[in-house]
Amino acid sequence: MTAVPVAAGAASLNAARIVAGVHLALRRIAGPAIVLVLWHLASTQGWVDPRFVPSPVTVLHALQEWMFGPKGASPYSGTWFAHAGNSAYRVIVGFLMAAAAGVIIGSLIGWFRFVSDLVDPVIQVLRPIPITAWVPFAVIFFGIRDGSAFFLIALGAFFPIVVNTAAGVAGAPQLLVRAARMLGIRPYMLLPRVVLPAAMPFIFTGLRLGIGLAWVLVIVAEMMAVKSGLGFAMWDAYYFLRLDIIIAAMLSVGALGFLSDLIIRLIGRRFLRWSRGL
Amino acid sequence: MSGSVPGRGRPQRDQRIVVRGLRKRFIDISRQEEVIALDGIDLDIGDDEFLTILGPSGCGKTTLLNIIASFEKATGGEVLLDGETVRKPGPDRGVVFQEYALFPWLTVQQNIEFGLRERRVPRAERREYVQRQIASVGLSGFEQRYPHELSGGMRQRVALARVLVNNPKILLMDEPFAALDAQTRSMMQQELLGVWSAERRTAIFITHNIEEAVLLGDRVVVMTARPGRIKEIVAIDLPRPRDVTSTEFNQTRRRIGALLEVEVQAAFAAMRAETTSMQ
Repeated sequence: MTAVPVAAGAASLNAARIVAGVHLALRRIAGPAIVLVLWHLASTQGWVDPRFVPSPVTVLHALQEWMFGPKGASPYSGTWFAHAGNSAYRVIVGFLMAAAAGVIIGSLIGWFRFVSDLVDPVIQVLRPIPITAWVPFAVIFFGIRDGSAFFLIALGAFFPIVVNTAAGVAGAPQLLVRAARMLGIRPYMLLPRVVLPAAMPFIFTGLRLGIGLAWVLVIVAEMMAVKSGLGFAMWDAYYFLRLDIIIAAMLSVGALGFLSDLIIRLIGRRFLRWSRGL
Repeated sequence: MSGSVPGRGRPQRDQRIVVRGLRKRFIDISRQEEVIALDGIDLDIGDDEFLTILGPSGCGKTTLLNIIASFEKATGGEVLLDGETVRKPGPDRGVVFQEYALFPWLTVQQNIEFGLRERRVPRAERREYVQRQIASVGLSGFEQRYPHELSGGMRQRVALARVLVNNPKILLMDEPFAALDAQTRSMMQQELLGVWSAERRTAIFITHNIEEAVLLGDRVVVMTARPGRIKEIVAIDLPRPRDVTSTEFNQTRRRIGALLEVEVQAAFAAMRAETTSMQ
């Protein structure tokens, strides 16, 4: 009963952990793998018309050529980075505008009763209107260029950010506000020093919803109101029945959206280290 | 000042806090009726006196403390601190809450530094006070921890240090140890007494625990069931440190227990009447 059984125990514990890890990885890969296999079979076995549902292999080839093919070899060859860059640029600018406006206005709504009475009804009425309904106005005021995309993305991403920020600020614990006042804080410092930090988990939830919407809206904007970017490429490919390009663009948007959400989550994790214990 | 004279229960010293005719009414919205939480409270608290307040739940003891801290406004009467009416919360009245109320996004050190920083005390001075305070409440080595990484007892130490560092005229404590286990609680009581006697603080301490009230207080204020009035103020003449197993301690405890029991029964009866009338 000395070192030997203990070491053996540790070794078998390690082995068990590795087995459990492998199992988990297999379970998580299994779903997407099944979908891919079914998709491939559907396309290659003639269950569906391969012109309308190209196989995963066809899509992969299309994406590869789109990304790395020599420019001019075919209409799409080598143009992926330009399109993706355009879309990402619009998402970033629109999202930052939405974040700035949403956090500032949301804070004011959550903190000042009269701002809430004045502004909140306006937001609640505008919020359910689909952003696509604003496209004509965007085009009239900003033309067929970046401004339209910025406007649509910023407007759409603004709502979840402003609503969540306002809820977080209004719901900041009264106990912490009392504690800060008791410690001698100047009243105008309550918002930046106590209420906003307490609202951070809400604000980050709003930002994550906002960046997700930004990717939805950049595609909408590029299909309808701008002549470049992944959304434009999708619409263009539809005219030429290049459904492989459409699927490649869809996968690209999915990957970029996931990446940008991950970045916000990582930033949030740094800011919100404290909240894990709440 | 008579602070160093033994038998410090006697209210002969200078008055630090004077409470005059304090009244608090509010409307219970769900029941559509007026509630009288405090009904004419008069209380003098001497310089470096330790006053404990005991009463059944709902008797308004927290309301009394909140009015002294200026978190709530009284309907009538006033609270004087060193002869001046209190109007808004401030670092001269340091509050320790039962729920700690630490800022969870700040480290132990930043929490303790909060008041000094917000009042623009220069950094070097600030650091010095904070370091000294951290050492005196036994938090050395925990400066960079976050509140959620600490036990309840440690969190309450941070809360205490956070107000002591501001050098308050009075400590207001609302059942600060109620959420702690018995051992930690007993340890914190001793530490609090240590701080209190070493630094000559004035303190108001609310509790519903008779032993705690008798152990800590120079005087124990027993409050009535709603509407909250002062039923009796009992001076505790036992020498410190007090022995909770001694005959004298337990006699005092029994006497105060008997006073309180009547009020707890009254509070229960009132509560039962309310529930039956609601059904």
